[in-house]
Amino acid sequence: MLNFIIKRLFFAVPTILVLIVFSFLLMHMAPGGPFTSERALPPEILANLEAKYGLDQPLHRQILIYLKNVVLHFDFGPSFSYKDRTVNEILSQGFPITLTYGSIAFVFAVLSGVSLGVLAAIYHNSLLDYLAVGITIGAQVLPNFVMAPILVLIFTLFLGWLPGGGWEYDDPKYIIMPVVALATSFMASIARITRSSMLEVMNANHIRTTRAKGLPTRYIILHHALKPALLPVLSYLGPTFVSMITGSVVIDMFFSTGGMGLHFVNAALNRDYSVMMGITILVGVLTILFSLVVDILYAWIDPKIRY
Amino acid sequence: MHSIQRIVELTLLEVRNLSVSFKTNDGLVSAVNNVSFSMDSAKTLAIVGESGSGKSQTAFAILGLLASNGDATGSVLFDGNEILNAPITQLNRVRAAEVAMVFQDPMTSLNPYMRVSEQMIEVLIHHKGMSKSDAMREVLALLDAVEISDAKSRVRQYPHEFSGGMRQRIMIAMSLLCRPKLLIADEPTTALDVTVQAQIMALLAGIQTEFGMGVILITHDLGVVAGFCEEVLVLYGGQVMEHGPVDPIFTSPSHPYTRGLLSAIPRIDVATDSLETIPGNPPNMMLAPKGCPFEPRCHNACDICAEQMPALIPFSDHRLRACNRTVEELA
Repeated sequence: MLNFIIKRLFFAVPTILVLIVFSFLLMHMAPGGPFTSERALPPEILANLEAKYGLDQPLHRQILIYLKNVVLHFDFGPSFSYKDRTVNEILSQGFPITLTYGSIAFVFAVLSGVSLGVLAAIYHNSLLDYLAVGITIGAQVLPNFVMAPILVLIFTLFLGWLPGGGWEYDDPKYIIMPVVALATSFMASIARITRSSMLEVMNANHIRTTRAKGLPTRYIILHHALKPALLPVLSYLGPTFVSMITGSVVIDMFFSTGGMGLHFVNAALNRDYSVMMGITILVGVLTILFSLVVDILYAWIDPKIRY
Repeated sequence: MHSIQRIVELTLLEVRNLSVSFKTNDGLVSAVNNVSFSMDSAKTLAIVGESGSGKSQTAFAILGLLASNGDATGSVLFDGNEILNAPITQLNRVRAAEVAMVFQDPMTSLNPYMRVSEQMIEVLIHHKGMSKSDAMREVLALLDAVEISDAKSRVRQYPHEFSGGMRQRIMIAMSLLCRPKLLIADEPTTALDVTVQAQIMALLAGIQTEFGMGVILITHDLGVVAGFCEEVLVLYGGQVMEHGPVDPIFTSPSHPYTRGLLSAIPRIDVATDSLETIPGNPPNMMLAPKGCPFEPRCHNACDICAEQMPALIPFSDHRLRACNRTVEELA
């Protein structure tokens, strides 16, 4: 197992290198640059700016310099659009916010999704099942950019219970709506996967054996059915977790949380090369890390998987 | 008075007019029709029939293990208590503790995510309230009884680390944990290769005598029936065709279907180029036949057979048959 983990981490290095080179090239292929604006800058000033940020160098030199800074100094460079801020600063300010509401939303989505799916499967074709399926479909067809304004309308404008936006780490009031808006559709997907996989497991031969053993239904579900039923959910959760903690544009924009999702989109629009690269690398590393975590959890659940 | 009580005590299982049907998207499918039989303790009964004859569903219905779209009617008395459609808590006291079951496919019938030890001790913990260490001692004793060598270390392994024959031995050991009065073995050797089949049947025979329990063996292998069982129940299309002691049924089958089944067994002492079959296919249970289900394939059929299902009636010593033609009339 330890060998497997070391091997996977070892192979992650070339993967990330390829990711960096590709996004770097793609980014520079896009027309325009960080200093393109409606009012054209005098050519001398532009040349000075490009020299300052190293954009006058040939592309392969730029990539090598960038890699050197990232690897040796863990320095993602200065932001191109915020004159006085570095990418490290932007990430260390935005990522903790998305990490906070993202992980809370993740836990909430997993707990409610799994319980809803399990209940629907156990009471298959009953009123509870139809209700759960109804909630699931409703939650899935409500995208977060519809969910968010509805929440603001109800809880901020009508009821006046929650602030319509902003961010305070110590005040849960600011966290509730981003969490709910982000978690809803993920909760629905998790519930749907759990339900169908639980239905399949409950009809499996080994579950029939446990019934023939005279074990109580609750015990059968908790000790025999849940583990295998959660395997398909688990493979969905890896990438889902990463996309939840790296933020959502809609949530960041709607609730003005100052999270990373908005930075990413703004960076792409403004050709803020260094911020874009920084976020891409962060998401890439997290994705590799959590697919490894999922694989390890798989081996823990299924004894047939040995690395 | 005394003798009546003795007879009542001897009857272990009494199945009366058991019918099983399944709701499907295409309509109601009837799998078992009006099956009745009874069984004394420590006896061995074979339920024989081809695929789809309802033999497995009969067994599942007895223990309430039908799929969720299945429905059973009639009566199943175990030790004098009605267990058909009984509340789940009552059923769970009978399952494994009084009536245990061994399934057809040992490859999928054990939980692949759990150690064999855990899957076995949970039975004793639930039914006998034993401590883990006491339960473990009992588990090891039974694994020894089913001849699993090195049980003490192997019990910690997962099902996939055992061969098919070994897994079936584990299933059998698991079914014996609470010393049930009745063991239902649903085609216990079908999924195994021939040499292992013989070993498993020998093991079952040994255990049946040692534990003194009743066994219902569900099979389509008539060779196994002859060697193992005292009584046989022949099912076709969900109905009982013939029922009685094994020897007379094998030497002088009284039903055209039983005759067909027996003549389909290839003989090692007769050279032949082709295998004997019963022409035609089993009935489609969606369209339940009005008359005898075997009528379309029966070369003794007469007009009345397509119209009327014959009743199961006694005709000689302890034998019952369901046929519109008399034994003498059969060609």
